[in-house]
Amino acid sequence: MNHRRSPEPFLWMLFSSGGMVAALMVPILLFLFGLAFPLGLLSAPSHAHLYAVVHNPLTRLVLFGLCVLALFHWAHRFRYTLYDGLQLKRYAVPIVVLCYGGAVVGSVIAAGLLLTV
Amino acid sequence: MSVYQRPIHLFWWLERRSYVVFVLRELSSVFVAWFVVFLLLLVNAISDGAASYQRFLDWSGQWWMVAINVVAMLFVLLHVVTWFGLAPRAMVIKVRGLRVPPRQIVAAHYLAWLVLSGAVAWLVLR
Amino acid sequence: MADEITLEVARYRPGVDTEPVLQSYQVPLREHWAILDGLTYVKDQLDGTLSFRWSCRMGICGSCGMTVNGEPQLTCATFLTDYAPGPIRVEPLRNFPVLRDLVVDIDDFMTKLPKVTPWLVRDVHSPVEEGEYLQTPEELDEYKQFSMCINCMLCYSACPVYSLEPDFLGPAAIALAQRYNLDSRDEGADERRAVLSSPEGIWACTFVGECSAVCPKGVDPAGAIQRYKLTAATQSIKDLLMPRSKR
Repeated sequence: MNHRRSPEPFLWMLFSSGGMVAALMVPILLFLFGLAFPLGLLSAPSHAHLYAVVHNPLTRLVLFGLCVLALFHWAHRFRYTLYDGLQLKRYAVPIVVLCYGGAVVGSVIAAGLLLTV
Repeated sequence: MSVYQRPIHLFWWLERRSYVVFVLRELSSVFVAWFVVFLLLLVNAISDGAASYQRFLDWSGQWWMVAINVVAMLFVLLHVVTWFGLAPRAMVIKVRGLRVPPRQIVAAHYLAWLVLSGAVAWLVLR
Repeated sequence: MADEITLEVARYRPGVDTEPVLQSYQVPLREHWAILDGLTYVKDQLDGTLSFRWSCRMGICGSCGMTVNGEPQLTCATFLTDYAPGPIRVEPLRNFPVLRDLVVDIDDFMTKLPKVTPWLVRDVHSPVEEGEYLQTPEELDEYKQFSMCINCMLCYSACPVYSLEPDFLGPAAIALAQRYNLDSRDEGADERRAVLSSPEGIWACTFVGECSAVCPKGVDPAGAIQRYKLTAATQSIKDLLMPRSKR
């Protein structure tokens, strides 16, 4: 069977794992750091405590996985939103470069930041 | 023979309510990406030291930052509800040859969500 | 209850009109009349030039799909009283070229359908003397809902991806492919994979889900497509890890 080599299955896998991880992890983190602490609903944890948590290699690995998968989730969905929602499929090449390229650059930055904590 | 082809409007998704919800669901991904940026800024601030972390807290307390995050939260929750709601249609799980009912698959997702959220909150607030 | 209701029917005469225009007809509002009965009344009593398709009048032939007040519907299964006091706007199915009035051209679907080999494929056929290929009720349940499709095209009419990308195989064709993939007697999944996982196949779908919402037979084409995405993606990863294995 001569299957056309296509990256779509892999991109879709990244998209759906990213969607799952984002659904499970993002709401609580966004609630704590984006709303609860800034609005004073809960008192923000001390720097020492958070530093210890983020310094743990397991935390860093989880955060790295979350960042990479969430970014590829965005890339895939946003690409199709531009294709269909705005009917821009004729610009497929720059859109693909922008979306997945953005996700790759974001992943590299995430790796750099999380390695140097 | 001449046939009539209905033209497609640029904003075709305004034609039906379900299409609008679909486009909003797809746009939730932009706020997922925004969250990654926000998270990386937080991690960077924490690794730079206590003063930098305090600056991050002050910055995230600005009214416009809170406004962005309120909108982001609404979109992220839309993502959660739609993602968990559609999950049982993509996955068929069988236990001892019997198909697990879709409702139970959705419930399992929300349960995992609660447990993980609790674990994260405990780790951060401990 | 009023004894009449207004039907605003899209009229398009090829070669004469540049686009459809709505024409109003007063039809009796009877409790057991479907939209199709209203159209039949127009054709018999008011205007014999009106063209529309129908056959069984009982929701099984799939010929009478039209756009009723903006929603794709089988007009034999949608009642006038549900829209009282009216008016009711009846237009041809969206996303298909209009041939005349309410009649659309579904050739595109007819050429796509055989591409997914929607029939039982066997590596080796067992001789007729050996009897039927047996199947348990559980094995039947695996694919039964997908076999309910009547090719009425409501799902194509509701699918924005199909309207934007006419090459897309579309909901019904993919759901029918899954109907055979999930059949315990079938051995053609590998053959179908090349078509289904091509760019015109499952990957164009963004899970809008309207195909399933409008299906008059309770088929879930959107679900079928997502399930197949998972199957195809898992298969591709296996191929990458074990490139030399046959399947």
